[in-house]
Amino acid sequence: MDYGLSDPAGGYPKRSAQYRAIKILLAGGFGVGKTTLVGAVSEIRPLRTEEPLTEDSFRADRTAGVEGKTTTTVAMDFGRISLRSDLVLYLFGTPGQQRFWFMWDELAIGALGAVVLADTRRLADSFPAIDYFERREIPFIVALNCFDGARRYDAEDVRTALDLEPDLPIILCDARSRDSAKHVLITLVEHVLETASEEPVSGIA
Amino acid sequence: MPSHDERWLDAEAGPVVRPYALTGGRTRHAGESFDLVATVTATRAFADLAALAPEHVSVLRLARARTTVADIASEVDLPLGVVRIILADLRELGLVAIRTPVVMAERIDKHTLREVLNGLRAL
Repeated sequence: MDYGLSDPAGGYPKRSAQYRAIKILLAGGFGVGKTTLVGAVSEIRPLRTEEPLTEDSFRADRTAGVEGKTTTTVAMDFGRISLRSDLVLYLFGTPGQQRFWFMWDELAIGALGAVVLADTRRLADSFPAIDYFERREIPFIVALNCFDGARRYDAEDVRTALDLEPDLPIILCDARSRDSAKHVLITLVEHVLETASEEPVSGIA
Repeated sequence: MPSHDERWLDAEAGPVVRPYALTGGRTRHAGESFDLVATVTATRAFADLAALAPEHVSVLRLARARTTVADIASEVDLPLGVVRIILADLRELGLVAIRTPVVMAERIDKHTLREVLNGLRAL
């Protein structure tokens, strides 16, 4: 059936259950497997942003000779997981480098938490993302993507290298595997639940 | 019955959106800001499609079923910033309603977290 935009007969959702859209962030350096992980667990779709360049991003980009450039296009990994018709997870994967923080600031508002995807061969790439989430008190976990041929590090060695709190989950994953990607998200939600229970309950039960 | 003032305002105001000028050079939209996962729903207001730019019509069509800002941007393959301005235009015209999901407004409660956990485990 085809209906016009002004036709009140179809297409309007009923006012029933409250629709809940929940954001989960995925940060990591280039080539660490963010796109692969999002694609393993959800239907991945392209999402572009075109953002005005701030002075900071100008400096970081060193756009000497391209002074006319005032916006930058950033591709995000965007995945959607419908848990129920009224409960949907939105995964946003963006580069973790400091010059992309202007995007993180918006993505982080109200987010459930974050996954820092790291490659043990380039651990330093995950420093900025970890700094960011720690500073803003956004709950996060670290997932080590196990690339073929990469030496398997002990999670505790990584904890020491990244200077992470003892109770912060660090897990190994295979970003290509749906089950493994699911496990990463489950670990994050469990961690957020545990963190939440440590806080005093406000109001009257 | 609506007053004559209200009735005439819409007709006299002329096209709010310039055809084919996607954002008219604007990089910031008018009105209250909205989140990436704010829900967008077309209202029942009559839309004069001929007065809208094609991109505005595309966005409006997508909003016939409840959707989100990010879903629309991904679907029409336009940068998020442009889609935001289009949505704000449509909101000013009274053609779409944009609501921030209740979860965004406060901390995600434990009940919701458990629902998410169960949902993920059942995938």
